[in-house]
Amino acid sequence: MSRIKDCFARLETAGRKALIPYVTAGDPSPAVTVPLLHAMVEAGADILELGVPFSDPMADGPVIQLACERALSHGTRLLDVLDMVAQFRTTDSQTPIVLMGYLNTVEVLGYENFATRAKAAGVDGILTVDLPPEESDDFIEVMRAAEIDVIYLLAPTTDESRIKSVCEKGSGYIYYVSLKGVTGSAALDVAAVEEKLKQVRRHTDMPLGVGFGIRDDASARAVSQIADGVIVGSVLVNRIAELATQPQQIPEQVSRIIAGMRAAMDA
Amino acid sequence: MPTKAELAALMQLPDDRGHFGPYGGRFVSETLIGALQELESTYESLRQDPEFQAEFDKDLAHYVGRPSPLYHAERLSRENGGAQIYLKREDLNHTGAHKVNNTIGQALIAKKMGKPRIIAETGAGQHGVASATVAARLGLECVVYMGIEDVRRQALNVYRMKLLGATVVPVESGTRTLKDAMNEAMRDWVTNVDTTYYIIGTAAGPHPYPKLVRDFQCIIGREARQQSLDQVGRLPDALVACVGGGSNAIGLFHPFIEDGDVRMYGVEAGGYGIASGQHAAPLSAGRPGVLHGNRTYLMEDDAGQILGTHSVSAGLDYPGVGPEHAWLKDTGRAEYVDATDDEALAAFRTLTRVEGIMPALESSHAVAYALKLARTMREDQFIVVNLSGRGDKDIHTVASLDGIDV
Repeated sequence: MSRIKDCFARLETAGRKALIPYVTAGDPSPAVTVPLLHAMVEAGADILELGVPFSDPMADGPVIQLACERALSHGTRLLDVLDMVAQFRTTDSQTPIVLMGYLNTVEVLGYENFATRAKAAGVDGILTVDLPPEESDDFIEVMRAAEIDVIYLLAPTTDESRIKSVCEKGSGYIYYVSLKGVTGSAALDVAAVEEKLKQVRRHTDMPLGVGFGIRDDASARAVSQIADGVIVGSVLVNRIAELATQPQQIPEQVSRIIAGMRAAMDA
Repeated sequence: MPTKAELAALMQLPDDRGHFGPYGGRFVSETLIGALQELESTYESLRQDPEFQAEFDKDLAHYVGRPSPLYHAERLSRENGGAQIYLKREDLNHTGAHKVNNTIGQALIAKKMGKPRIIAETGAGQHGVASATVAARLGLECVVYMGIEDVRRQALNVYRMKLLGATVVPVESGTRTLKDAMNEAMRDWVTNVDTTYYIIGTAAGPHPYPKLVRDFQCIIGREARQQSLDQVGRLPDALVACVGGGSNAIGLFHPFIEDGDVRMYGVEAGGYGIASGQHAAPLSAGRPGVLHGNRTYLMEDDAGQILGTHSVSAGLDYPGVGPEHAWLKDTGRAEYVDATDDEALAAFRTLTRVEGIMPALESSHAVAYALKLARTMREDQFIVVNLSGRGDKDIHTVASLDGIDV
């Protein structure tokens, strides 16, 4: 069983929902990332979304865009991110890791080369925000062969027929984008999200994660009551930005936010 | 050169999913897919609609001032030597560049779709001005994203946009030029997708933009083809156009694709020279990748990060290029070359002094290469150069290179 499947199965047994934090690899400097990942798991994270820095993160808001710029200022490349995953895996063989980023950094390595290296490093899934299913046939084939889940986004603007085809092509979990906008946008509308998730549920048994607009314990809790996973990014990355000059404090401070959300979700 | 059948096949592109060979496509986040599908279906029905086409043609005639002349630059040709140089005078269009052909067309689509707000990205400011202009005319709200570096270089156009009622948003992220303006416009669109129409200014981006921008710009090539037949009695031996994103070039080239004897040269911005690495010439020195919604040639590093570009002309200062050019390069139908900053500036001065026509710095790249090319050709041959814009907006740049404050 894949780590992602295994994780959701264990959570279901325990009657809990997945807390899925996102951080950008190498932000604000490469040495911070692995300790930060471990600290987030310790604080209650179930799956880790690790952002691959890209120079032109079109779908992200200013918070994650600046995170990419900080990481790139130290030259964090996709291969460095895979090294971080391998290092993380030396002491954690259970927590799933999903890489999240843009197609071009993968394309430049070549799909097969990437898949082989990513699998060897211990990557479980990949989400390329600018690679919709229509352009993914080769990509899916290569990732499936390497047993890497290809995770797709669904959005408020996705119509019923597309929901069906995205659900057929994706694996691991579905990432539902809660609002029209970039990462770090305004608060989400829980009722509207719930309505859409019901529609998605008709087409898949895959776990449904919800991201964009989750910024505090209350919104994490609200989303955990309607979805299988709560994805939180910009609020963490914002804290990292504030602590960019005191990086030794980052794991503890970010974990504190995670722990708060965990407690709220489990309450 | 591809065979006749291959040329005919090139004319039919893109395919249903927006591909030109391996290039093009629709590489965007999920939130925008619905909007692009809606745009595609609206456009496909409008392009078959005689009423829409008549409205577009009427605006081109009476608002833009088309057809633009094809001017035989006799003195320039004589002094330069070799082939005769004809200039397709897009600089004489309303707003001073070819950009308006596209914004007229897209604003008509926006109106049909009932979108009250348009957004645009701009480099040199010509597309921003052309967008602000049509927005003013149709009473639409207009927001233009522009890299802060370009806001500085193109202060005159920034003020023009403001006078036209547009909001100009300076973009401070990344390299602070055209690519970052495009990122920011995409972010706006994804947030305001219900109310907003995004007028992309070049024949690049996710499907259907490369196709629809090309279709609107093809008026350049269709006119030039007919004018060549009328004035010279035959088709030109070569076409030359500058290529940033490549909309003026594809507009000129496309109607000639099946005329296998007409050679096509796209001129990229060579900046300080290709060898310096400080340029904006992805077709000459880049490789294929994915950016801004399409697969195409890009300037990128070994890790797939997009590189900063350099060109004296803001409108060419872009690390990608329209996907149809990528395919025309690979198939060998068009050739892509470069002109450096210095060559473009020299051509700017030459054309101004010899013909009394001041070209945009973008178009000066095409003029620079055409002058070189002409000297390798016979006097009874002729070249059509797309003079895509006028140079008024660049006077500050040229003056400051001369050490003069105007």
